[in-house]
Amino acid sequence: MNGVRKGYVRPLDLRQGRVDMTHGSGGRAMAQLIEELFTSRLGNAYLGQGNDAAVLPIPPGRLVMSTDAHVVSPLFFPGGDIGCLSVHGTINDVAVMGATPLYLAASFILEEGFPLGDLARIVESMAAAAGDAAVPVVTGDTKVVQKGMGDGVYITTTGVGVVAEGQELSGDRARPGDRIIVSGSIGEHGMAIMAQRESIGFAAPIVSDTAALHGLIAAMRASGAAIRALRDPTRGGVATTLNEIARQSGVGMMLQESALPVQAEVAAACEFLGLDPLYVANEGKLLAIVALEDADSLLAAMHAHPLGQRAALIGTVHRDAQHFVQMTTAFGGRRIVDWLTGEQLPRIC
Amino acid sequence: MCLALPCRVVELRPDDMAVIDMAGVGKEISLALVDDVVVGDYVIVHVGYALTRLDPDEADKTLALFAELGEAALQETTAG
Amino acid sequence: MRFIDEFRDGELARGLAAAIRQHARGDRDYHFMEFCGGHTHAISRYGVTDLLPGHVRMIHGPGCPVCVLPIGRIDMAIRLVREAGVTLCSYGDPMRVPASGGLSLLKAKAALGRAGVGGDIRMVYSGADALTLAQRNPQRQVVFFAIGFETTTPPTAVLIKQARALGLGNFSVLCCHVLTPSAIASILESPEVRQWGTVPLDGFIGPAHVSTIIGTRPYEFFAEEYRKPVVIAGFEPLDVMQAILMLIEQVNSGRAVVENEFSRAVTRDGNRKAQDLVAEVFELRRSFAWRGLGELPYSALRIRREFADFDAERRFAVGYEAVADHPACECGAILRGVKRPQECRIFGSVCTPENPIGSCMVSSEGACAAHYSFGRFTDLAEAP
Repeated sequence: MNGVRKGYVRPLDLRQGRVDMTHGSGGRAMAQLIEELFTSRLGNAYLGQGNDAAVLPIPPGRLVMSTDAHVVSPLFFPGGDIGCLSVHGTINDVAVMGATPLYLAASFILEEGFPLGDLARIVESMAAAAGDAAVPVVTGDTKVVQKGMGDGVYITTTGVGVVAEGQELSGDRARPGDRIIVSGSIGEHGMAIMAQRESIGFAAPIVSDTAALHGLIAAMRASGAAIRALRDPTRGGVATTLNEIARQSGVGMMLQESALPVQAEVAAACEFLGLDPLYVANEGKLLAIVALEDADSLLAAMHAHPLGQRAALIGTVHRDAQHFVQMTTAFGGRRIVDWLTGEQLPRIC
Repeated sequence: MCLALPCRVVELRPDDMAVIDMAGVGKEISLALVDDVVVGDYVIVHVGYALTRLDPDEADKTLALFAELGEAALQETTAG
Repeated sequence: MRFIDEFRDGELARGLAAAIRQHARGDRDYHFMEFCGGHTHAISRYGVTDLLPGHVRMIHGPGCPVCVLPIGRIDMAIRLVREAGVTLCSYGDPMRVPASGGLSLLKAKAALGRAGVGGDIRMVYSGADALTLAQRNPQRQVVFFAIGFETTTPPTAVLIKQARALGLGNFSVLCCHVLTPSAIASILESPEVRQWGTVPLDGFIGPAHVSTIIGTRPYEFFAEEYRKPVVIAGFEPLDVMQAILMLIEQVNSGRAVVENEFSRAVTRDGNRKAQDLVAEVFELRRSFAWRGLGELPYSALRIRREFADFDAERRFAVGYEAVADHPACECGAILRGVKRPQECRIFGSVCTPENPIGSCMVSSEGACAAHYSFGRFTDLAEAP
């Protein structure tokens, strides 16, 4: 024998190495990237089969499916990164339909030159989030685009879950008299990201709230409360999500500003930039519309869960042909809480 | 116009710069438009520049005046 | 937030509301103009109107630098990017203001080539970020799009002096700074107020942040010459309520003087250091176009000849070309207080915050956007 080890492949260099075009070409480099960087971290029986698709057992009930593309800058932020965010976001979209999330699929668009070490951190974070949530990533894909054609990493995740027959949660089910509950303080994810931007440069102890909400939702459903609708107020914030529900259900809403939970740092950062926390993104909060008589029991069930400790009753649903979401201000007046217009831009005036 | 906020100066830095704090949020700002600011002063900050100092005693007086005017009016309303 | 939350207190608001109800005479109406968009925003956002009796009416004034910026000025900024290939740095506020040809800075940015090739448009929080960008990229021409009233002008003056001290050859400023007293004078001189009386105006609320710089003295002329009371007020809702109460008392007693509600940071003389800096770097323009108000004499600033190297208008030879506003848009009348937003034919139909036609719909401080976003339930919906 001549000393050449059969099948030896030099391991990926996670310290100095970078994504290059061969990692997306379908050859040996791609196979190595998938095996060493992805499969080894996300490992589970389905992914390990190495087929083009995963074959999965499904419990009885109706299938719920959702997909979400994740782009975020910076990729690493206080409280999380694009990896765990892409797991939480899709789990939450499935869970707010009342479903038990079962499986995730993930597809990555990598930019040429992206450090392999950073990619490994992102995948580790995904693996940890999926492990904590007990929702495995069962299939995936990677593509590489040329330098300058992407922003490091984009991740699209698709989730499936099941919901039992007769369990109906939908944004068109809010009725006059219902109560509106938010699961905790608002605006943390959006402001954590904003504070990191170079041109704003805040030193603020604001941490993204990114979290998987299916555990909290299970506790809420176990309380037996008549929940009409659940939704996670991500982009556009609480204001936009409530406007969506008001339009779907053909109702109006009245919020109480004094009841809205907002952390002091988030409020201060919003003041600085002329932003309104009602329009800032959340990644680990939900809004619940619940029948009046069950509002207290639901709130109690939420308070007992770690992700619902600051849950608060923030408003009521009423009849309104215009479907306005309004708010009684802490000052004693009234205002409209409208849809988000365009993009939230920092203001100087 | 002109989003400007009262902030407490917590640190002076070279070149007329300072760090301010508002409810736990810190930011570096310029003191180029105001003289003799010391740590602990409140300044009104606009686009990253302190426009002027804020006088805490005057602020308290203003609030006391609001309270006084309001109480008098509310009492009269109840009495009337 | 100290010195902020206290001035938003609902209990104190109830008391001041009662005081306003008591002092406002039943046999007359009161019409006060809040000059500044910041006050318009505060009134809408906190629902201050709900706490005022029906016969105390607020008229929204022209004091929003974004709203009064004429189309031709945004066009200049876009031409600098497209034709001269500069990196334009702008505050967030002007990004969505409509320009010619269906453009805005935001849309012009979207239509640019790939990053790093040709011109670029960046959003900054502070002009200092533009200066830093110029320092880090000596091969690029960086232009700061400087808008704003007297509050925002001194920081621009500091930047220009810093750029000169650093010997920066790739930094300049497109100066669009305007002056508050000129705009107030134009409203007081307008035929609607002076001759026809079609705009009843019993007094002004003046912007405190402008007065931290210029003081209260420049308003004394208006109080005296036009017999209109002026109260300089802060931007928290209690400040606005107190200013309304002070104006009512002046009107009732037949006085017309300048009073200072924002004694916590405003003096009669203002910030001398800032004034000196502004005088050193800027001089008056003979005339400047305001959206809605037209050409106003001595109403804006330009960069002095001594600092010509940092004047983008000189460096790139981009001239101002006047562009007519949309014919159906009533922004002009709204900015002068002649019409209310809901009296404009295209308000809320053709012109919405998503597709603004007029500048008053763009800035959240604009009278139209504020009414659309916060107050239009008063036109349409019944209160529950």
